[in-house]
Amino acid sequence: MDTFVQLTLTGLTNGMILALAALGFVLIYKASDVINFAQGEFLMIGAYMLYAAIVQIGLPWSLGVVVTLLVAVLLGVLVERLVLRPLIGEPIISVIMATIGLSSLLQAIVRMIWGSQPKAFPAFIPSTPVTLLGATIGADRLWAIAVAVVMMLLFAFFFQRSREGIAMRAVADDQQAAMSMGISVKKVFAWAWSIAAMTAAIAGALVANIIGVGPHLSHFGLRVFPVVILGGLDSIPGAIIGGIIIGLLEAYVGGYIGGGLNQVVSFIVLVVILMVRPYGLFGQEIIERV
Amino acid sequence: MLQVNNIEVIYNKVILVLKGLSLEVPQGQIVALLGANGAGKTTTLKAISGLLKPEDGEVTDGSIVFEGVEIHKMDAEDIVRLGIFQVMEGRRVFEHLTTEENLMAGAYTRPAKEFREDLEMVYHYFPRLKERRHSRAGYLSGGEQQMLAIGRALMARPKLMLLDEPSLGLAPLLVREIFAIIQRINREQGTTILLVEQNANLALQIAHYAYIMENGRIVLDGTPEVLRENADVREFYLGLTEVGQRKSYREVKHYKRRKRWLS
Repeated sequence: MDTFVQLTLTGLTNGMILALAALGFVLIYKASDVINFAQGEFLMIGAYMLYAAIVQIGLPWSLGVVVTLLVAVLLGVLVERLVLRPLIGEPIISVIMATIGLSSLLQAIVRMIWGSQPKAFPAFIPSTPVTLLGATIGADRLWAIAVAVVMMLLFAFFFQRSREGIAMRAVADDQQAAMSMGISVKKVFAWAWSIAAMTAAIAGALVANIIGVGPHLSHFGLRVFPVVILGGLDSIPGAIIGGIIIGLLEAYVGGYIGGGLNQVVSFIVLVVILMVRPYGLFGQEIIERV
Repeated sequence: MLQVNNIEVIYNKVILVLKGLSLEVPQGQIVALLGANGAGKTTTLKAISGLLKPEDGEVTDGSIVFEGVEIHKMDAEDIVRLGIFQVMEGRRVFEHLTTEENLMAGAYTRPAKEFREDLEMVYHYFPRLKERRHSRAGYLSGGEQQMLAIGRALMARPKLMLLDEPSLGLAPLLVREIFAIIQRINREQGTTILLVEQNANLALQIAHYAYIMENGRIVLDGTPEVLRENADVREFYLGLTEVGQRKSYREVKHYKRRKRWLS
């Protein structure tokens, strides 16, 4: 029983972080139909920025977080301006290839500045063990869950209530009709990329707090794929639930079966989902009026 | 209020669609733009609203002036802010958004504090939208979707509304209902309307003035009373022939009359 609770909590943390990274991914896909292969690098950059702000510059961590978020927004806007805007009207596949290029570029920049050795991250969230339902878990993991939940609530509010959120969904639905109501598609894309970079940065900071900073953080980007395929590429609740399912699955498989199977189990899920339900659990089917 | 002066529109840099088209929409009126398929009616509306650019269309000659401002080089978003709103052909509601969210999107350029009031105004014209405010727009009926499309335009409180075939695909009874509401909006809100229609008969009933287009040009214009008396309009657009006379296809001289217009 204790093992079960332990695994559940670990899985939940990982799942929440995966969900955060997946949110940005889904957002970009929803708004612009682009699959962003650089999402993992966004996450890594977020972690490195926080590292630079807190360790190398010596800012207090609260200020460090603000700086990191600002850099993330800037990154999103720059990507929109320099990579996406010149490709407007080009086939989607070119844009997707451009994001692959972008991911290599960001990798290279990070290795140029900080080297390829992983670095210890000053735990800005204390990892003192907490006992919960008979299981022991680091407080940092509980924090990660809390932060992720808050972020998701903010997301939900943003998309249901705010003007920019509605505009973003409108653009995702019908670009030209959105333009006809004065919504600037360019602005919406910039918003989408900025928010994606921001959530990725937060996810990056949470992961870094648990496992340290290093270029390997970008592998998290790859682990997002099973999550979004399971949840549905264009579904925000899907990203969250998919993240939790994949996180739990990996934890249980790792705990009860082991043997490195936890590393691949999510990709097995990915293949199965693609075969039986390619639009995922919550993906948008095309509405047809009869 | 709106002057379109001798504009030429070219798609993809080669296809000439509008060949020197001029028309004028005076403040507070309903002006109808009639014509057959492919005459360039939709292109005219898109040239005005700035929606040509994403389709690789361009106004290459002439000018479009709205309240003294030249708008043919402006972006769609800025044109909406000036007070021109196009209701696109085929309704184009945001299917995955609810009715009310669609209306919020329409109010994108408006101050947030007036949202409630405008929403009530739209529900006043279209009570059926209020009943279905929380349903996804994709599941509304065709008539409700057209109401939503017009309601969404009203949310932007435009000075000039461009309506592209509001009767498309709707039952005749619904079409009458929607046309009556368009007329009320024009009268009560003072919204100027430029209406593109295939259904000439209905359009002429509510319009103050009408233009008839063919092949990218205006070929005829006048008040509905005058146009209704015109023999060509009666025959080609209203489907009326001289009473008691049988038409034989052998005598039909459509092409000659058409030729006269085109020269």
